[in-house]
Amino acid sequence: MTITQPDVTALWQELRSRVDAGDRFAGLFATKPEGRALVLSAHVAVKGEGEAGGGIDTLEAPLPPGAASYPALTSRLGAAFWYEREIHDRFGVIPEGHPRLAPLIGPGSAEDHALPRHVAGYGIFTIPHGPVRSGVMESIEYLVETPGEAIPHLNMRVFYKHRGVENRFAGMTAADGVLLAERAEGIASVAHALAFSHAVEAIAGCQPPPAAALVRVLHAELERVANHLDGAVKLAEAAGLAVATARLALHKERVLRLVSRLCGSRFGRGVVVPGGISAPPRLPPAEILTEVDKLRRAVAAEAAALMATSSFLDRLRGTGPLRPQRASQHGALGPVGKAAGYADDARLARPYDGYPLLTMPPVRPHVAGDALARLRVRWDEVDQSFGLLRQVAEDLAERSTDPPRLPCEPASDAAYSGRAVGWAEAPQGEVIYDVRMDAGRIVHCHPRSASFHNLVLMHEVFAGDILTDFPFIEASFGLSVAGVAL
Amino acid sequence: MSIWVLRGLRDGVVTTRWPARSDRYADEWRGPVRPQVAAAPADGLETLCPTGAITVAGTNVRVDQGRCILCGRCVAERPDLFAWSPGAVGSGAAALTREALVVPEVPETDEAVEAARTRLRERTAALRRSVHVRHVDAGSDGSEEWEIQALLGPVYDIHRLGVFFTASPRHADVLLVTGAGARGMSAPLRTTYDGMPDPKVVIAVGTDAVSGGLLSESEAVTGGIAATVPVDVWLPGSPPSPFGILNALLIAVGKLADGGEGAPREPKGRGVAWTEERGTSDEGRRRLKAPRRRTGETE
Repeated sequence: MTITQPDVTALWQELRSRVDAGDRFAGLFATKPEGRALVLSAHVAVKGEGEAGGGIDTLEAPLPPGAASYPALTSRLGAAFWYEREIHDRFGVIPEGHPRLAPLIGPGSAEDHALPRHVAGYGIFTIPHGPVRSGVMESIEYLVETPGEAIPHLNMRVFYKHRGVENRFAGMTAADGVLLAERAEGIASVAHALAFSHAVEAIAGCQPPPAAALVRVLHAELERVANHLDGAVKLAEAAGLAVATARLALHKERVLRLVSRLCGSRFGRGVVVPGGISAPPRLPPAEILTEVDKLRRAVAAEAAALMATSSFLDRLRGTGPLRPQRASQHGALGPVGKAAGYADDARLARPYDGYPLLTMPPVRPHVAGDALARLRVRWDEVDQSFGLLRQVAEDLAERSTDPPRLPCEPASDAAYSGRAVGWAEAPQGEVIYDVRMDAGRIVHCHPRSASFHNLVLMHEVFAGDILTDFPFIEASFGLSVAGVAL
Repeated sequence: MSIWVLRGLRDGVVTTRWPARSDRYADEWRGPVRPQVAAAPADGLETLCPTGAITVAGTNVRVDQGRCILCGRCVAERPDLFAWSPGAVGSGAAALTREALVVPEVPETDEAVEAARTRLRERTAALRRSVHVRHVDAGSDGSEEWEIQALLGPVYDIHRLGVFFTASPRHADVLLVTGAGARGMSAPLRTTYDGMPDPKVVIAVGTDAVSGGLLSESEAVTGGIAATVPVDVWLPGSPPSPFGILNALLIAVGKLADGGEGAPREPKGRGVAWTEERGTSDEGRRRLKAPRRRTGETE
């Protein structure tokens, strides 16, 4: 549902009152329709469970023509901090009252590359960590201000690998757009393709057949298992547990190989298409079931061993704690939010595809908010995913005759006109796509990854943590820079 | 900690034997699309490809594998004209010149490839026993990093081949670059490259790094990394498989004979020519076995 407000002040008031009433702020972006003034659009996840509530509303308001500034939302709603910086980078409008308007996705100027200092004190210096870091990692720069061990302040620069994905969508067909969505955040290809396809399907007014909806769940959950295993690999590596690192990496490789046996791509690319799936899985459901059970046993045993290794747990316990109050204020997504007592899982709150057909036991609540709680949430989610995968394999065996792809091809391109918001729960948390199409072509598409929404919280979790805790905190967030600097 | 000793022994050796032996997973991998030779082209083929990899000139259909993102649309729509390249490894899985990725190759590229190979060999002659690799992400989608990290895992384990990752460009011989060439990363990438001692080899890992893939040149990306650093080995794939990356690394340092780019991809694995001479000389076997013995692995 799109609600248009007359001006920005009214928009902020409406947004604030809805957030106070329990809705979640889910994003803010700007568009500049040709020949018209800039429009600010905010996403709000409506409070509710299952079919009864749920959904994501769009609230928007135009700026006066030629306006060079507007009153900042950040001073009323802190979660908008990075969103308004991104709008500033893209369009140059100034949010009046924004606390720090440094470049986020835009290229920095020469002055920005000087090392800023936010903390004063004897012996404090800045460690510029990145963008080329040791190991095989994505490009991001952390500016760590430290007197030697403690980290009183952290600053992040994500603009190095900004790729202009949002602008690239314009002019594409839905079939091409889903390919780009898969590459917006490569380790969550399926979730991005799903969120994009959900938006396109809402525009065209079609729904995938049940078998296709189940295959989508199959790939989305395998992606979740692979991502959570990747997080565990990185934590074990940070703790120097060589055997655990190798064992967990082996299981991750097995998951990726299963995905490639199902569809040809190790990241489930090319499976999700608007309207359904491109082809049925190449393995029969019975074999999927066998493979899933084998993986489940192997992963469960490894997780149990890891969670009984005290030298490992000591490194995670109390490390990088996110206060529950901050998690709910910010609307923290995915495992980061769940570990701090804030759980808003799109699969439960706003179910899509095969999830309404499946039973999904809720995961145990956590409130500690530290790296250990985040890992525990991941193991719980892995267990939940394997449960879902079993159900999917069993259901697929009964539905083997369903067509994989509904004839969602509209009679004419005109059916592909309109605007809709699609969402999906990626391993990192909720992904949102706001898509506008006209006669079969994308006019504008705004992807919002969970990585973008969550990464800003890393500023706030260094409570007494020292430099050697850094890799644990980074790995426990489990985010992808690609999804941040779109 | 005894729990981990036992767990470490649990599955025995899971490491691939490739390149000494063929590996089924590598052989069954589907690579970028190739045109089928015996087929008549038709109208509208060019628009089939979302990245414009397909070109039609007269009766010749060519696919620029450096642009192929493996979406499979052309294979699904026109199976008579297009097919997947078989296998992740072997001579045709990576190229020594950008032009050689356009298949079927024009005859002129053979000479260029031969010249490129000679130049690369001269530079890398000293690197063969121990190679240190540095990776830089120049705007990837994140999946290429996973596949490179997999090389350090137990299944691919590149240490057995004498290849190591290093934190400092000063110690690096090979630069693996991923991503479409984000303009923000141009300067850091160039600095890393300049910081490496000679001789150095650059591998463009993935279709994004080769050509930008779906991200054509824009205000944010350069459309491939060649605009920033000179590329020696071009590896398509979206993302390439870990075997593909391993294969490209071995080609780059002359541990794997790369063959003529015009040579057919078959046979895969079993028939991989494993010395400079494309034969299986004693020298080649010795070189192959040496690193394996170091790991203490037995036949």
